[in-house]
Amino acid sequence: MSADAVHAGAWAGLVWALRRDLRLAARSAAEVLVVLGFFFVAVTLFPLGVGPDPRVLRLIGAGVIWVCAMLACLMSLARLFAADFADGTLEQMLLSEMPFGAIVCGKIGAHWLTTGWPLMLCTPLVGVQFGLDVTEVGVLLLTLALGTPVLSLIGGIMAALTLGLRGTGALLALLLLPLYVPVLIFGVGAVDAYSAGLGIEGQLSILGAELIVALVGAPLAAAAAVRIAID
Amino acid sequence: MAASIDAGIGAGLEVRGMHCERGQRVLIDALDFDVPAGSVLTVVGPNGSGKTTLLRALAGLTQARVRRVAWRRVPIALRSAAWRAQLAYVGHQPGHKDELTAAENLELACVLQGGPAEPADRSRVLDEMGLAARSQLQVKRLSQGQKQRLALARLALSQRSLWLLDEPAAALDVQARDLLATIVARHIARGGTALIATHDPIDLPGARSAQLCLGLAGALPPAAMHAPAEVLAAARSDVR
Amino acid sequence: MAWIYRYASPATFYPVAGVLAPWFMAAAALLAGLGLYIGLIAAPTDFQQGDAYRIIYVHVPAAWMSMLIYIVMAIYAVLYLTFNTRLSAMMMNALAPTGAMFTFLALWTGALWGRPTWGTYWVWDARLTSELILLFLYFGFMALNAAIEDARRADKAAALVAIVGVVNVPIIYFSVQWWNTLHQGASVSMTASPKMASIMLSGMLVMGLAAWMYAIGAALKRVQTIIVEREVGADWLRRHLGDNAQVGRVA
Repeated sequence: MSADAVHAGAWAGLVWALRRDLRLAARSAAEVLVVLGFFFVAVTLFPLGVGPDPRVLRLIGAGVIWVCAMLACLMSLARLFAADFADGTLEQMLLSEMPFGAIVCGKIGAHWLTTGWPLMLCTPLVGVQFGLDVTEVGVLLLTLALGTPVLSLIGGIMAALTLGLRGTGALLALLLLPLYVPVLIFGVGAVDAYSAGLGIEGQLSILGAELIVALVGAPLAAAAAVRIAID
Repeated sequence: MAASIDAGIGAGLEVRGMHCERGQRVLIDALDFDVPAGSVLTVVGPNGSGKTTLLRALAGLTQARVRRVAWRRVPIALRSAAWRAQLAYVGHQPGHKDELTAAENLELACVLQGGPAEPADRSRVLDEMGLAARSQLQVKRLSQGQKQRLALARLALSQRSLWLLDEPAAALDVQARDLLATIVARHIARGGTALIATHDPIDLPGARSAQLCLGLAGALPPAAMHAPAEVLAAARSDVR
Repeated sequence: MAWIYRYASPATFYPVAGVLAPWFMAAAALLAGLGLYIGLIAAPTDFQQGDAYRIIYVHVPAAWMSMLIYIVMAIYAVLYLTFNTRLSAMMMNALAPTGAMFTFLALWTGALWGRPTWGTYWVWDARLTSELILLFLYFGFMALNAAIEDARRADKAAALVAIVGVVNVPIIYFSVQWWNTLHQGASVSMTASPKMASIMLSGMLVMGLAAWMYAIGAALKRVQTIIVEREVGADWLRRHLGDNAQVGRVA
């Protein structure tokens, strides 16, 4: 096969998986909404836990939103490959001529569009709950835009590795959350720096760099992980 | 793609020195077999004898050590894209999404199989499988047998030349078994090749077929191309 | 290359590990004795921190080993996935508990040192925090390994986790350090003062060497156990253990 053909196959695989998973998500919209509901409830618990002092809430706002976004992402990741594994469609994808890494990439893209993206849409609302002002919410959205795709990408690897195991949820959390630490630190760090009147280019560049590394490495690692899991 | 089915003359699949393990157990050791183009190899053997493992290993889903695999006399690797382009596989799970309709599932599968199937082809095949009236229903509303028929529809539309079928008749009624036989016979007549793992061999009048028996003590050397009736008898007596 | 494959076979390596392990353990004991003598008796009391500083003779080598062992595990993981040598996977698995133990030791001694020095058992110091995350990485590795029943799948999955982890360790370390300086300002750092007396340094190096020897010895012992577990039906193992049993009876 020529390089062009491989290229075309990869693109076709990515688009195929992306459209398929988005159509599936549209058919079971409840699943997307449940994740958003979880996000709202979890965020709401923090003011109840630490008290309604606006200064404290404003201080912890960005951090709370980021942590809850990570947990919401984690919840939805368990199903990324599990449903396809259970009904046998994952095997059919592995047997396609289209590169499996590209198909995985499409699935991860669909995961972000049905998790990270809706979470971003809800963020202004919860930002208000924590007394963040408009520009701070803007910075937070910028960090979420760069950071949540990284969550889906790294999450894809670990979701594939825990495929079909007992107690997947807790195991996935143990494997994944430590790897999310840098995204959390720089995502929240940018908002904090902005509030303190400092520049945020550094944090955003690092988040961007992480996104590029994850985009290059994670789909292939996730594809390898699926092969290991299905063996 | 369609032209290449007829390209190989006589030569089909050649496997030498295949070795598979599951956990600590050796299921298949030093297995040699051939499946000429335009013929069926039925894989029989008691439960746990490695029929599924054999098919999954050939499909590249399970790792196996193989000394040599050749397809139309050209050595190939079991996990290469060129090899996958030859394969159609039906496993224990039918491989449909419950939330999508039968027609949608078939459309997605056709893209995945690299087939150029037109909408007209798809509705013709759905009709042939007796699913025309249900093509707009979500698959979760179909019965187990109807799901299996949908898998047959996918197979019928496949342009791949080597079919790996794992218990394809498990949930099928008599009519659907006839459909399965028809599809496989058509595939063989076009010069295609099929490996079918089953407890219950399908009648394929007029098709060249052979049986491979797994899991018998002392194996029957060489494993390839036994006279069907007696090998099957041996397999069954072993089960008892 | 052939000799590598010969020694990479569990059957060949099993007796070799059995012979080597006691020597490494003995060396570890000797070096630890010497290191503790230098550290606790020969080395002078620090004029700033008093005797509390002496915990660095355990803390620093443990912290070194915690990171080194994770890197070595990742190297074995790459070897395993590239050459499919089962022994590499076994070594990787054998090292994980030792690595986790050293990580825990580093955290514990860090807390014990923090109490008299900082007045609290735990501070969100950059090194302590990244050490804690490293401990989570070890736990994740071992938990995944334990959750998968099929040994070969467990090996491959764990190898991938080790590789993904090792790519992330520097990023995590760097991010935690950056986060720490942002939030803490100039906190007391755990690094010893730059003009450390040479006797202190030599004590630490000897203890570091002891930790190396212990890690190798423990990994060899554990890899023997793993080989026995995995190869339980193999002829060579039955022959080997059978011979030994006979020798035991004669003696």
